Amino acid sequence: MTQTDRDIPIPGTTLFDGAAAAKGYALNAMCYSFNEAANREKFRADEDAYCTRFGLSAEQRAAIANRDVLGMLAAGGNIYYLAKFAGILGLNVQDVGALQTGMSVDAFKQMLLDQAPRSAAQKQEA
Amino acid sequence: MAEIVGAYFTSHVPAIGGAIHRGDQQTPYWKPFFDGFPKVHEWLAEVKPDVAVVFNNDHGLNFFLDKLPTFAVGAAAEYSNADEGWGLPLYKPFTGHPELSWHIIEQLVGDEFDITTCQEMKVDHALSIPFELAWPDAAAWPVKLVPIHINTVQHPLPSAKRCLAMGRSVHRALASWTGAERIVVIGTGGLSHQLDGKRAGFINPDYDRFCMDHLASDPDALTGHSIREMVRLAGTQGVEILNWIAARGALGECAREIHRNYHIPISNTAAATMLLETA
Repeated sequence: MTQTDRDIPIPGTTLFDGAAAAKGYALNAMCYSFNEAANREKFRADEDAYCTRFGLSAEQRAAIANRDVLGMLAAGGNIYYLAKFAGILGLNVQDVGALQTGMSVDAFKQMLLDQAPRSAAQKQEA
Repeated sequence: MAEIVGAYFTSHVPAIGGAIHRGDQQTPYWKPFFDGFPKVHEWLAEVKPDVAVVFNNDHGLNFFLDKLPTFAVGAAAEYSNADEGWGLPLYKPFTGHPELSWHIIEQLVGDEFDITTCQEMKVDHALSIPFELAWPDAAAWPVKLVPIHINTVQHPLPSAKRCLAMGRSVHRALASWTGAERIVVIGTGGLSHQLDGKRAGFINPDYDRFCMDHLASDPDALTGHSIREMVRLAGTQGVEILNWIAARGALGECAREIHRNYHIPISNTAAATMLLETA
């Protein structure tokens, strides 16, 4: 079962495994530093210097510079750490969801609502 | 003899903290979620726990990827929240119960769970929000805390079967504790949600219902899926159900459901709240 299970891809999903954790270490370390307000200020003051200090790869620096969430994930970013970076940008998880799915924030929120099981009465109205 | 009064389960989405801070509990968006809590308050007032054993997952406040334990048990005299990166108001500190923590640790290691022990541990929204929801008007938390962390961040994650077995080992520790404490077991997080990737926003009410329907009567049914299958069914962050499964193990063999509330969505999450008592 395990072998087969591992072979079946999950659409739109990448597991944050050892390979990702190794690849993303510098990026996640930088985002972890954002737990401290002083570090968030240092990043805001000079993004480039701050990325250099943490030794981000070219791929990671480009994803940060472009606010490219899927690019950050591809470069080994973990969403729990990236959420701290999103906080600096004033983005919540719906904003981040919209960025990743290519939807507007309103459309993303509607998509969430649409997944709720609806009562027969609600279906009748719709 | 200590008594296990029951188990309380709830989602711990950070946005809930924002809603509490703004006083948004009765707004149309939040009301269906907060409506699940009067029953929780009533129950807690009735069973009066004085210790909480809480299964939760750190989100990059206490642990970084440099050292990430699969299971970690707090054994501190006190625990505090800290800035999680968003500059939000900090949650109240917690008083620990180190003697009970070490008793649980002895049992776990005796049962061959090679856990990490933490005499210092910061706790994040995964722990603070369930407390804010349970005791909204408390000046200080009315229970002492034993926090147990499960890695739900970096794969490989412990299997559901292993988490249930770990929880059952914690139950053996609680059952043999000779103090007079009244213990509530808490499992936090979930239910289905996915924050990352092109499938962000994924929610699965069918799987959530399966989990809620079997939590009391047949928790072993929740261990039939591999972690990868759980990610497929519940979303990348929906695997936080592992905290619920471990907490269910800690409650004891027989349990009955006394309360359930389920609402989609809170933030990106299918939010659920449940109460179980031993049967």
